[in-house]
Parts: sequence; C-alpha cells; structure tokens
Amino acid sequence: MIPLYKNEVAPRFDLATEVMVAIVSTGNKLEEQKIIVLPRSSPEDLCHQMLSENINTLICGAIEDEYYQFLKWKKLSVFYNVSGKWEHAFKKLLNNSLKNGDLLSKRIVEGKNV
Amino acid sequence: MDFSYPHIHHLVTHPVEFKCLIDAIPLGILVLDPDRRVVSLNRTFQALSGFSLSDARGIHCRNILRSTACIYECPILKMTHDDRPVFCESDMINLDRQHFPIRMTTAPIIDINGKTAGFIETIEDIRTSQTFDTNKGMAYSFANIIGRSHQMEKIFQTLPVLAQSDTSVLITGETGTGKDLVAEAIHQTSGRASGPFIKINCGALPETLLESEIFGHQKGAFTGAVENKPGRFRLAHNGTIFLTEIGDLPISLQVKLLTFLDDKIIYPLGSTKGFKANVRMVTATHRDLELMVSEGRFRKDLLFRLNVARIHLPPLRERDGDIRLLLDYFFNTYKKQLAKRINGFSREVLTRLLNYDYEGNIRELKNIVEYAVNIATGPMIEVQHLPAYLVEEPPTPGRAHADQNNNTVFPDDDEYIGLNGTMSGKGEWALAEKKMILKALIQARGKKTKAAQILGWGRSTLWRKIKHHKLE
Repeated sequence: MIPLYKNEVAPRFDLATEVMVAIVSTGNKLEEQKIIVLPRSSPEDLCHQMLSENINTLICGAIEDEYYQFLKWKKLSVFYNVSGKWEHAFKKLLNNSLKNGDLLSKRIVEGKNV
Repeated sequence: MDFSYPHIHHLVTHPVEFKCLIDAIPLGILVLDPDRRVVSLNRTFQALSGFSLSDARGIHCRNILRSTACIYECPILKMTHDDRPVFCESDMINLDRQHFPIRMTTAPIIDINGKTAGFIETIEDIRTSQTFDTNKGMAYSFANIIGRSHQMEKIFQTLPVLAQSDTSVLITGETGTGKDLVAEAIHQTSGRASGPFIKINCGALPETLLESEIFGHQKGAFTGAVENKPGRFRLAHNGTIFLTEIGDLPISLQVKLLTFLDDKIIYPLGSTKGFKANVRMVTATHRDLELMVSEGRFRKDLLFRLNVARIHLPPLRERDGDIRLLLDYFFNTYKKQLAKRINGFSREVLTRLLNYDYEGNIRELKNIVEYAVNIATGPMIEVQHLPAYLVEEPPTPGRAHADQNNNTVFPDDDEYIGLNGTMSGKGEWALAEKKMILKALIQARGKKTKAAQILGWGRSTLWRKIKHHKLE
C-alpha cells in the first residue's frame, strides 16, 4: 500500500486521503492495482484496512512511531520517509532497491536542477 | 551534493558566511524558492527535522517540513500581497518518527526590485509549552509517564530534582518500561527545554556510520564524505543528547565518548579542529552494564562517568496497581481515538490481563489494549478480542494481590503463598516459582523430566523457566 498525495507518496501517512493498493505475485509480477479514495484521513483506519486486506508492505512518507511500531509488530514491511512520485517508489520496490529515507523527487532550485 | 554556502557582503566590513548567520538563530529556519523548494536551512531545523541541507536542497518543502499545515493550508498559499508574515500553529513528524507541535512563521523574501524572490519560514518546537497543558489534571503522572506504584512515586519525586541539575543521567530498565519518555521528561523540565533534544540509538547503526552520525565528519574524511556533517553532538549544542542502547556502543566509540565527557570538545571525523559543545548527556540501556564491565565489553571508566545519577525503571510486573491504571488509561485513549462504544473489560479478560507477565512491559500492554479495542464489537472486551498468544497461554496466578484494591476477583492463590510463609503478594511470584522449581529438582534428584512431572509442566516449560530464573 502507498498512501498518496496527488501523484506522489503522501508526505504524511496520517493525513493521506487516497491510497494505492497493489497485488504483486511471486517474482514481483504486478497482478492488480487500484487507487482507493478514503472518506477521511485516519491513521487508525489505514492500519485497520491494511490488516483486514492482508497488506504486507507499506511505502510512506512521515509516519509517527506509534503506528510504525504497531505495523512492525503486525509483521508488515514498512518503507518510511520516502518521498517523490509513487510510481517511482513502487518501481524501486519491485526492483528491490527501495530504502527508508529515499527522496525520489527531482531536486530543483529556481527552475534549475541542483 | 556539493554545495557552498553564500556569503553576505556589505552587512559588516568583512563578508559573512550566510550559514554562520542562520545557524546562530535558535529557531528552525527554512529558506525556500518561489516554487516552495528548499534553498537553505539552519542547524536548528536540522536538529528538529533530521534533514541536512544536502538531503533537503531542491526538494519541495512539504516533503521536508511534513507538517499538517503543508497539506491542508500551506501558509505560503494563504499569503496575501501585503508582504506581512503569516503565523500558524501546526505539527510535524521528523525523520526519527517523532510527532510534535510547532509554531510556524512564514514571510516572503522581497528582492531589491520589490518582487518575491522566495520565502523564509521559522519553526519553533512548542512541545514544552503544550505537553504540560494537555496533561493538566492527570493524576499519578509526570510529563507523559503514568504510575501510582510506590516505585514510580519515588521516580516522580526524583525526576524534577535531576532535571534541574546538569548531571549525566543513566536510565536503566527492561525494554518497554519508558526509558525514552523519562529522557524526554528530563529535557522538557530542565533549563535546556528551549534547546534541542537529540536522540541517537547506538544499536541501530553500524560502527563506522555511528561515529560519523554522533561526532560528525569533515568533507573528504572518507569516500562519500562530500560535505561537512555537524554530527548529533553539535546539533544538540545548548540542549540534551540522549544516547539510547548505550550498552551497544562499540568499544572504540566508548573511548571517544569518554574523551568528550572529559573535555567537552567534539572532534569530527577527519578534523583536527574541535568544537566545544555545551551538551547535557542522558543515556539509557536495557543491558546490565556492570556485568558488561566485568566481561570487558563496556569500559568501567565510562560507566562511572555516565552513572552520576541513575534512574531504574521497574518492570511493569513489579509495579503495584499500575497495570490496572495503565489498562484504563490506554483503554480510554483508544476508545476515544477509535470512537468505539465499549464500556470496559470483562471480568475474565481483566483477570488475564492483571495476571499476565508483560515481558514487553508498557509497550506490550499498550499494544494489547489497542488490538482489543480495535477488534471488539460489543459493549465489553471479551477474551476472544485479545491477541491469540494471550488466549492460548493460561494466566499465571502469581500477582493475585497486586491489584486487589481494584475490586477484581482473582484466582485463589493460597497454595502459592503457602510455599513461602512470608509472602505478601505480587512481585514475589517469581521467587515462589523459583523455589517450586528448586524443590521439585531436589525431589527428582536433578532429573528434569521427573521434576517437570512433579510440577505438572511439560519438559520444555520447565527448561524455559529454569533458563528464565537462571538456575543452570
């Protein structure tokens, strides 16, 4: 699951109102992908949804330690402090190259790449 | 990323480095371009957020500041054209996953032609002023620590006194007993509360990274050191540094830490120029440091320097009456948070929870309550709403007296008390169990299978308990 903010990984897990859920089979083959619009932002609801849908991997931006510890306790793989386009982050996950803290957006200052 | 800081000319006679100017300000500062991408930030912001300038430069500010205001009501977008700064109170989550309240001031940077050249944001950590407000009226607590047992009362009396001094504090206790909370409470109630509180987990990073993380490095000190890194000690200047899992600190770094404690000067990796850091040190560990000293895994002289004042947090199973208090506290918290209409725990659940051992201490209790409140659908939390591992294992009838003030009915424990005539209640179950095992082993002439039969346990249970009580 990736909580979204427009077409990016949501900067905050607890404030996301849209999520991308993907089903990936062994061999990292994408089986199904859907974007779900949530009625409100709620980290508890997100945690509950992940458990009820048997999600095993979360890619997110900032996440409060309380939810992180809960999800780790529930044996989920959590890639946190990730920012940038969600498709980019997802591709990196499938390539096994995604790391915590990956800042994947283009670095631009006053219109110039830096 | 290679980046050299700009200089400011004509402010004073000689050019001034912009970095020195903003680093001297005790508020987090973010300088943004007109598209709200990070141009520069100061040392205080790095301490608050965890992002260095090389991490953040060119990235959109909402991915660096990560505050609620960034998502719902960006102060820059709210800005009118009269160039007046915008104030707001919000919150942020830093790289260490800490969530805390902030006060933000955003102002435009106007160039000499009167056009907006960017924005400047100042961020103030307002944990100190808010933490105590929200907890006003909460009995049996200090800062965010809750307890009414005599052990905790003693700690509550000691903490404010220790906080006011500048001595090094060593916090010990099992995992989940609240060592981090105590460290934070010491900082927030000390004279350094307005300064940074920097936490380092000594067990979380490999030795080479840890050295650079704690002490910083000079550009070119090693392959990949493309810019100067201040290190956590420098970031904690005028504040508190909290080294958690100090027992996992490698010996080589123990020597370096010892040197710092002696002369208070930090030498970043690859640098001969020291920095005099005014830092209060708080350390914590769940390991037995004295044992580690005797095994040669921890330096004795470092232990003496760290152990100026020690706070030992008792395990939850030894805290009289606190289990019930914490159960109620977390139940009410999660009930409110999840908007559930649950009245409480059923009697059977309560008996199980009050008699459970909580090896993970408060963290485990909190997780159990959160799980149960999440799962429960009826008016009461029943046994089937508890995590499976609690339901499968029958409750140990040890702490029957612990919470008798709470009008809960407990299993008859006369049999266990009978093993030790002087026994008066909880905390002593461990002792009784140890005696039972020894008695059975003597009776069975050391044969574990027979001893297990006498006790009515499986062999593996007996083996586990022998290991637990260190009877081998």
